Amino acid sequence: MKTLAELQAIRDRAREKMTVRGDHENAVRVVVGMATCGIAAGARPVLNAFVDEVAKRHLDNVTVGQTGCIGMCQFEPIVEITMPGKEKVTYGKVTPEKVARIVADHVVNGNPVVEYTIGELMK
Amino acid sequence: MRELSLNVLDIAQNSIAAGATLTEITVEEDTAADRIVLTVRDNGRGMTPEQVRKVSDPFYTTRTTRKVGMGIPLFRMAAEMAGGGLSIESVPGKGTAVTATFVRSHIDRMPLGDITGTVVALIRMNPDRDFRYVRKWNGREFAVDTRELREILGDVPLDTPEVADWIDAYIKEQTEAILAPSSGEGPEDVPGN
Repeated sequence: MKTLAELQAIRDRAREKMTVRGDHENAVRVVVGMATCGIAAGARPVLNAFVDEVAKRHLDNVTVGQTGCIGMCQFEPIVEITMPGKEKVTYGKVTPEKVARIVADHVVNGNPVVEYTIGELMK
Repeated sequence: MRELSLNVLDIAQNSIAAGATLTEITVEEDTAADRIVLTVRDNGRGMTPEQVRKVSDPFYTTRTTRKVGMGIPLFRMAAEMAGGGLSIESVPGKGTAVTATFVRSHIDRMPLGDITGTVVALIRMNPDRDFRYVRKWNGREFAVDTRELREILGDVPLDTPEVADWIDAYIKEQTEAILAPSSGEGPEDVPGN
């Protein structure tokens, strides 16, 4: 069973890590559309997949956030990725299965997965 | 929406948008009464009676970016097509409570779905706000409250990956414990139930 003592141990380990964390120059922001349209299209598992993948790879420079409806409901779930010095990339019809590749290719290695982008979907 | 838990997530997002610092989600199942009651209660800015009257109209929204708001209408539809209904209590400056009831055995009742996923997603995305989740099953219940978790965590944020994972596992275990088929009845969506 999960106990509160376990939560205390997690807290103590997290405190040690917090001291080595700082501001990152390579801050990457992943934003998932979580309005009614996004949620209905499957944004919740996509959001949780990004959070899990970022945690698994210990990507301390990456934050995962949410936004509302950006007016392209037919392409939900939509995910926007912003990296310093680069243009924002918008992915459409994202599924949890696509998340690992987006994180590996784009977030870690800086190469957007062109075939998953909204631009490509609109062709 | 394919699961009621997604409606709950959507309605809770309205609480966030209304500036709520505390949002309470209650999921209550009573097999003898053949009923499911879902409640999202917040301490956000609330609505006037006029706004409460209008929110079930899909062509009413407070947003300025678009002219439609589907959240409440979809939730109401899900409840009404399963023999239940939806009610809203709201006081400007105090908060809003949205309650949806369902006939549990109704053929058109959508499955509850991954309600744990909904609660964990809300906590992860809003680590500076508080959530209380109460799950009731035939008179048994448990609650998880981020205000209590915060007392243990101190300055460690609720969106720390290991913390979110712990909350996820904790809710799942506690849910299984109250759903334990001591009465001979299993949780919903179990084949043969």
